[in-house]
Amino acid sequence: MIPFFQPRSDLPISADSTGRYLPWLVAIMVFLAVLALAAALAIGSVLDDWRRDVAGTVTVQIVPVAGSDAAAARAETDRRVEQTLTILRQQSYIVVARPLEESQLVGLLEPWLGSSDLVRDLPLPRLIDVQIADGARPDLAALGRALRDTVPGATLDDHQVWLASIISLAEGLSLLGMLVVGLVAAALAATVIHATRLGLEVHRSQIEVLHLIGAHDRYIAQQFAARMVGWTLEGGLIGLVVAIPALMGIAWLSKDLDQGFLPPFHLGFLGWISLALVPASAALLALVTARVTVRRSLRRML
Amino acid sequence: MRTSPDTADAVVRFESVGLRYGNGPEVLQDVTFTLRRGSFHFLTGPSGAGKTSLLSLLYLARRPSRGLISIFGGDVTAMARDELPPIRRRLGVVFQDFRLLDHLSALDNVALPLRVAGVSESDIHKHVPELLAWVGLADHLHAKPPTLSGGQKQRVAIARAVINRPDVLVADEPTGNVDDRIAFRLLHLFAELNRLGTSVVIATHNEALVRRFAFPRLHLEAGRLSVLPPLAEAEHATAETFPQALGEGRLG
Repeated sequence: MIPFFQPRSDLPISADSTGRYLPWLVAIMVFLAVLALAAALAIGSVLDDWRRDVAGTVTVQIVPVAGSDAAAARAETDRRVEQTLTILRQQSYIVVARPLEESQLVGLLEPWLGSSDLVRDLPLPRLIDVQIADGARPDLAALGRALRDTVPGATLDDHQVWLASIISLAEGLSLLGMLVVGLVAAALAATVIHATRLGLEVHRSQIEVLHLIGAHDRYIAQQFAARMVGWTLEGGLIGLVVAIPALMGIAWLSKDLDQGFLPPFHLGFLGWISLALVPASAALLALVTARVTVRRSLRRML
Repeated sequence: MRTSPDTADAVVRFESVGLRYGNGPEVLQDVTFTLRRGSFHFLTGPSGAGKTSLLSLLYLARRPSRGLISIFGGDVTAMARDELPPIRRRLGVVFQDFRLLDHLSALDNVALPLRVAGVSESDIHKHVPELLAWVGLADHLHAKPPTLSGGQKQRVAIARAVINRPDVLVADEPTGNVDDRIAFRLLHLFAELNRLGTSVVIATHNEALVRRFAFPRLHLEAGRLSVLPPLAEAEHATAETFPQALGEGRLG
């Protein structure tokens, strides 16, 4: 046995029934925590890419008004463009909203439609180039609704609106992942507190002897902490060893989804390192929790 | 602390100490006595007179309901709990029911006070077997208490109490489970420790022992203490060769 896993102890803590269930509970907790953390980290890394996509510029398109009177229709279209610009310029996160000149539009279409004379007579949609302030997280879906409701035929670029709502969802999932990690940590702490209190109760008379021959609380706390750390590390490593192949399987499966709906599962070096550190973090949490629990409980003894 | 000649060499001082359990009657009333450095007392009295209660106050397992207890010049009734361990390390205690840790070998049990005090393992393995050999347990170093006889357990308990050469040794019926020959031998161990400066208090029912050794008696009768002169003049038997561990002073 590795000495660290079987620390020398004056108290027979190792013989407690705690040793039979605590490592397995920790294994399950660490397994869940590793999966949740991996999800949060993987989502976090694609979020950065997505945010770059929505940042910068979006495009508003206004469908031209059709009518027998070309001049009247054109005037109405111009009015709608002005109305749209007014709405856009009211948004604090919009730096510039600039309609594309008709000549630019024609220029854009030329490669497909050929001669500009022909194109000029077509009812072309108007485009407004909107530049969003750096770092702003506008609610594009709401902006799109507002435009649609007030200006007939005005639409915000679909892809970016969709991406913006996906980002919100992904952020929610990422947050949920961290929340799960936090809950698992809380559950682990509660388990260690319970196991430690049980041990203190079971070994009460031996602890009293240690006190009477001059042991400080920290001497006794150390023995419990060492035992809890040993069990937590055992369980944590089991949990990690099961979780890593599961994650690698997911990573492998997501490779086939190239450019599909879901982004590829990607963690990076630091991501894998943080996952590997989960059992150690669990052990550290167990150490602190056991120490605090013992010292608090012992304060009530003489 | 006063340093009048009266209290200068007092290691333990009880003043008007009373003890009650819960709301019950006082099991100790107005107990007042002083133990000087190098003193030796028997604690006598009928069963139920409060001997074990008195000793538990002395070895800091309890706080009194009233009165003052001063040990090594400090008022232990007012001390914070983290100030007690250094004092407890200077006290050696032989409990009535031994209170050995059953899962530890005799050697590890005796080593406990040293480990608690942070003594190195090499010192522990040098001194502990020597002392255990001296109390006649050389062949039982690795035996666990449940496999030992009552008398053997008692000797382990005594070895644990004296391993760190305490300034005060408190023993509750330390000769209750052994025959007179071993009882005298143990008493000689205590007397030798006493000669080296340890104050000793031994609670005992063994009248032969009390008659044999010329030590004053703390006598408890229904919770009240009186100090009585030695019961008999002793022909001080020759001291046995003492284990070296005890001659070198405290380790931790």
